[in-house]
Amino acid sequence: MQKIRIVHYINQFFAQIGGEEMAHVPPQWREGPVGPGLALAAAFGQTAEIVGTVICGDSYFNEHTSEALPEILDMIKAAGADLLIAGPAFNAGRYGVACGTVAKAAQDELGIKAITGMYVENPGADMFAQDVYIISTRNSAAGMRDAVKKLAPLAQKLVSGEPIGASSEEGYLPRGIRVNLFEKDRGAKRAVEMLVRKLRGQDFTTEYPMPDFDRVAPQPAVKNISRAKVALVTSGGIVPFGNPDRIESSNASRYGRYDLENIMDLTEGKWATAHGGYDPSYANRDADRVLPVDVMREMEIEGKIGSLFRYTYSTVGNGTAVKSSKAFADEFVKELIKENVQAVILTST
Amino acid sequence: MRLELGFIPIHDVQFADTSRVEDGVLYVNAEDIKALVLKDEHISSVEVELARPGESVRITPVKDVVEPRVKVDGPGGMFPGTVSRVKTVGQGRTHVLKGAAVVTTGKIVGFQEGIIDMSGAGAQYTPFSKTQNVVLILRPQDGLSAHEHEVAVRLAGLKAAMYLGELARELVPETIETYETLPLLEGLKQHGDLPRVGYVQMLQSQGLLHDTYVYGVDAKKILPTILYPTEVMDGAIISGNCVSACDKNPTYVHQNNPIVHELYARHGKDFNFCAMIITNENVYLADKVRSSDWTAKLCEFLGLEGVIVSEEGFGNPDTDLMMNSRKISEKGIKAVLLTDEYAGRDGSSQSLADAHVSADAVVSAGNANQVITLPGMDRVIGSEAYVGIIAGGWDKNKMEDGTIMVEIQAITGATSEVGFGYLSAR
Repeated sequence: MQKIRIVHYINQFFAQIGGEEMAHVPPQWREGPVGPGLALAAAFGQTAEIVGTVICGDSYFNEHTSEALPEILDMIKAAGADLLIAGPAFNAGRYGVACGTVAKAAQDELGIKAITGMYVENPGADMFAQDVYIISTRNSAAGMRDAVKKLAPLAQKLVSGEPIGASSEEGYLPRGIRVNLFEKDRGAKRAVEMLVRKLRGQDFTTEYPMPDFDRVAPQPAVKNISRAKVALVTSGGIVPFGNPDRIESSNASRYGRYDLENIMDLTEGKWATAHGGYDPSYANRDADRVLPVDVMREMEIEGKIGSLFRYTYSTVGNGTAVKSSKAFADEFVKELIKENVQAVILTST
Repeated sequence: MRLELGFIPIHDVQFADTSRVEDGVLYVNAEDIKALVLKDEHISSVEVELARPGESVRITPVKDVVEPRVKVDGPGGMFPGTVSRVKTVGQGRTHVLKGAAVVTTGKIVGFQEGIIDMSGAGAQYTPFSKTQNVVLILRPQDGLSAHEHEVAVRLAGLKAAMYLGELARELVPETIETYETLPLLEGLKQHGDLPRVGYVQMLQSQGLLHDTYVYGVDAKKILPTILYPTEVMDGAIISGNCVSACDKNPTYVHQNNPIVHELYARHGKDFNFCAMIITNENVYLADKVRSSDWTAKLCEFLGLEGVIVSEEGFGNPDTDLMMNSRKISEKGIKAVLLTDEYAGRDGSSQSLADAHVSADAVVSAGNANQVITLPGMDRVIGSEAYVGIIAGGWDKNKMEDGTIMVEIQAITGATSEVGFGYLSAR
């Protein structure tokens, strides 16, 4: 098997050029491993070789990124690297940003694998965790041994294309992508352990950190609803009987656009729900219960609304990924805007 | 309240002329079970099949899974208020055919849900690939309403499990475990120095095939209430739901509620496990507000310092989970939540339909949208005709070579939110 060719990126401090007073040094190339590269090389053993090391001062990189980055990429490319390892940067902020920037550029522009390591609070972690695998390290170089232990196996998997496990298994910082794993203890046991730790005031790690929830503020009221064109949109899965678009009963991958022209009432046997998340009996008997076409028609006739828009959009909201829902809406909202729809009644279940 | 569970291990299941248990083998007379089930005029036919761990067998759709148990001492009988006469259970002695299960299948009402693979890639996701399964294939009479159909199929599984459980009545258990919860004040005297802990179980109650029954009462119609945790071991709570089978609790899981068992394992050492509170997950906002108010109120009234809250289902009930989290936390009580995730097939979407800052201690049972390829099986009990329309399936997900692609949400018990399994996500 061919050895993996690694280029290692480090700063002036880890290259033992100097501390803050030498942070202005521009990029330079050294053959073989330097400083922490020696421990890395040992961890890889015979499977990989650090062919060279790029060194750059942290101030220089951050103040002259547009010059430093292409120069560094050229060095990595010239060395014929399969893999770029940057840092680890621990809690050094500018170094972290440099490691993240170089690693992401190596992936995006050179098309090679890249990995780095940082303390979770390093500003570079927030900036790059979604783009680059960042090994979670301690907050100082005292954590070098631990970091190298996790870095080398994950780097090998990246290069070989083996499946990457969950962040807690591999030791990288969560990337905002949820990955399944089998734990040693069943969920109930883990919950009890977490409760005991919480009661005692000990550290514990939640398995699902709450996201910044996307709450949408309602629009101001429509000024003159009696003249507005109103559309009906639903995540309640109302579809023509037989579900012609084959919308899934859960985690829908599509939505339907259905013509309501001349339809005064959604009747049994002609309309039904495709939704798998609630008792369908009542919606199947009278789909207006979820998508109130009958009432909208009455209001149209009474002049309470201007008109009901000709088409309705329907999907199944049951376990459907928010990302999919957003994509559906991005698409059909264009037609609603184009057709001068002024208000949408969005029914859920 | 004190209950002894006597375990009789079962490591094989076979058909025989006489139903009995011998040397860890469960012998089943299929005709007896058929006769029993057909006493219900709503059932037109029933077949019995066996499925053992490691076999090339798929059971789908799955309505419920039930553990054979029998009450040998103490008041009441199994599944009180549903099959046995209503009577408070949870004390005395109960015998368990450990390792055996009754599985119900057949065309189920509107939805066809749930897959149990006894071998292959799917087997590790369902706990019922490890049990010796007696499978009932049930057909209802024509013209039954959906709700009547659901009742008939539900009762057939429970009755068959009771019939098999009865075989354990006179047997000598290999092991006996004792579980005891004292009345609140006595418990405080005995464990006064330990933190007071409770378990809040949220029961699925969103309607047909999304219901749960407590002593025969539809959980939609309960107000949150208190149980001795041993009551569930005698079948106080039974399942009437199976849609999105990954995170619904079959009756088997209620009988063996793992949170109850894990709390008992550390009771008297790390905390005082005082009580179990059950609440529901109705679809109306007023019900959600009322039930979460009552749940927090009961936690406060019992003087609890910490609780585990388990969800059942996803989406709409995520709002109940967050209301419970917020209101319990506002009482100054520490909570750990147990849920699963719907983060999309690529894992990059928001996992729950709601969030709250108080939910800072969450155990995840995994991302139910993960796609898995299941191999074709030599034998299918039930029918594969529905794998394209079950929750977690999609149109044309069955390949020409017989393999099936589904999200793990289609697999019975894959992301159990009472933490029955080992799956998680990060």
